[in-house]
Amino acid sequence: MKITMAHGSGGKSSAELMKSVFGKYFSNDVLDQMEDAAVLDIAGRIAFSTDSFVVTPITFKGGDIGKLAVCGTVNDLLMMGAEPLYLTSAYILEEGLEIDRLDAIAASMADTAASAGVKIVAGDTKVVEGNGGLMINTTGIGLIPEGRNISAANLKKGDAILVSGYLGDHHACILSARMNLTNHIQSDCAVLKPIVDALFSHDIRVKAMRDVTRGGLGTMLNELANTSQCSIEIEEERLPVRDEVRGFCDVLGLDPLYMGNEGKMLAVVDGADAEKALETMRGTDLGKDAVILGYVQEGKGVTMRTRLGGKRVVDMLYGEGLPRIC
Amino acid sequence: MNTEQIIAYLKNYNGPEIKLMEVCGTHTASIFKNGIRSLISPKIKLISGPGCPVCVTPTAYIDRCIEYAKKDGHVLMTFGDMIKVPGSQGSLSTAKGDGAKVEMMFSPVEVVDRAEADPHTTYVIAAVGFETTIPTYAVAMEEALNRNIQNIKFLTALKTTLPAIQWICENESGIDGFICPGHVSVITGSKVYEPLAKRFHKPFVVAGFEGEHLLAVIYDLLRQHEEGRAEVKNLYQNAVKTDGNEKALHLMERFFAPGNAMWRGLGIIPDSGMYIKDEFRAMDGGSFGLDQDAELAPACSCPDVIVGRINPNECPMFGTVCTPTEPYGPCMVSAEGACGIWYRNTI
Repeated sequence: MKITMAHGSGGKSSAELMKSVFGKYFSNDVLDQMEDAAVLDIAGRIAFSTDSFVVTPITFKGGDIGKLAVCGTVNDLLMMGAEPLYLTSAYILEEGLEIDRLDAIAASMADTAASAGVKIVAGDTKVVEGNGGLMINTTGIGLIPEGRNISAANLKKGDAILVSGYLGDHHACILSARMNLTNHIQSDCAVLKPIVDALFSHDIRVKAMRDVTRGGLGTMLNELANTSQCSIEIEEERLPVRDEVRGFCDVLGLDPLYMGNEGKMLAVVDGADAEKALETMRGTDLGKDAVILGYVQEGKGVTMRTRLGGKRVVDMLYGEGLPRIC
Repeated sequence: MNTEQIIAYLKNYNGPEIKLMEVCGTHTASIFKNGIRSLISPKIKLISGPGCPVCVTPTAYIDRCIEYAKKDGHVLMTFGDMIKVPGSQGSLSTAKGDGAKVEMMFSPVEVVDRAEADPHTTYVIAAVGFETTIPTYAVAMEEALNRNIQNIKFLTALKTTLPAIQWICENESGIDGFICPGHVSVITGSKVYEPLAKRFHKPFVVAGFEGEHLLAVIYDLLRQHEEGRAEVKNLYQNAVKTDGNEKALHLMERFFAPGNAMWRGLGIIPDSGMYIKDEFRAMDGGSFGLDQDAELAPACSCPDVIVGRINPNECPMFGTVCTPTEPYGPCMVSAEGACGIWYRNTI
């Protein structure tokens, strides 16, 4: 069975799709009220974020667009120090999409949301002309506990920069699939909650956090340095990149510093807490390959001490991170 | 000598200024990536040569690409780098925004499959590249011939590096030695540099792309210069053979023959282009005579950058009017162009 324009009509076919696919996986006290809008009781400072997911292929090694749509938005909330609570989920389906594929993606989305402890409380489905593709928008709300102040503007000289694990896996996995290359590279798509929870429960003085998505580590570090008006120096030797991903990058002329990830985070912590933060991150499954990359300095911009002892400027990503021609 | 000793030698060099040119954009990128300039004496100048096939593509070629992309029943297939290069009226990227059919390809061979599956559409490959990429177009042509696929065309702007290096030797006497391109040399072999080394009495050394490789090649060129030698050396022996890749060379020769080519910023360099041979002309998308090139802005110093007369940051437009997001000159356009690499690594 495939999606047709009728599934987006708001009539009988829409209702059937709602019941047979989404109703099967998405159910909770708020959603089940079936009102025009979700009604939520929240008191305090909230973090509020939205993201659209248009990845092709829609399923890949290590995940699918449903899992990604939860991870992306939930991670953005987590990076502000918020406790993620609620998500909305809007699907845009292209005609010709196999309903079985949609079913699998909805199931994966529901699983990921459950494991992240968030409720999907509102949703929408539209059908457009196309070639059997699918896009998802999610919007999330999280509650920031009192006294927590996480911001890109908080960096001070001496703070330590940590990254939670290997860089470039997601980007390399998706590019490999698009280029029909066979390898073992898997997407790192994951909800970062266990790492964030561990950092706070161990009383690490966390200044700022960023999930290292599009634009890669180089871009994130520049954003932090610019916002806080400081400089950051990192060590090339400490950059965690899997051999297979490094080889992939070398062949295509890509730089792991600018590759996107979907389950990796940067944490900036008070310099005195650096070792404790490292140990804490490494104590979680997701953060077992964490490293201290470098430290915040006075000045501006991001530099990297190279393996040979040279110094290199690390700039933001310009344009698209495309494979090169020569 | 180990790497540490080489670094010490290069750092402490205090003889006369020496200018070495790296011909290949990937070397330029690696020099920045490894912070090589910060490891060597300021008396050793590293000059970025015409190392990017995209940057030297004339506007007439881009215009022809756009023409195809707008034509009914045609799809233009291109590598990502080409998409931003300005033609006389906008780039492929702006044309795509206007509804032209432009798609990114990762390899020309995949386009053969696309064409076979969709016989009512003509797939036009924007075939740009140096010796490194030319054989992959030849493989796609062979594949299309074998499968009798008629709806695939090659619009070529292919160039060979040797005539360009020769042009630089003839017109720029200030270069003291050449870091030969690694990928190109895999195809051509290291022996092709012998006649140039003899004629111009300059050392040519082939190198790989790791930081250690670059230090080794700079050291070797410096020592040769100090001792008055002008030898061809291959320091990238596990990838580059003296005679090159015979299979790839044979494929190139089967489908392509040399002809004059227009290099943006340099002008026409004799026999520096590769064109589809007469017997396969049916597959050519009209690649001849695309020499017209828009005049560069008066302050644009790309011609001086390409031959190494100045470094990119010495151009008055660099980083002010001309940036990677709004490139003015050809060297700023591609990720492998000298100005583009300098901008991303120094601003």
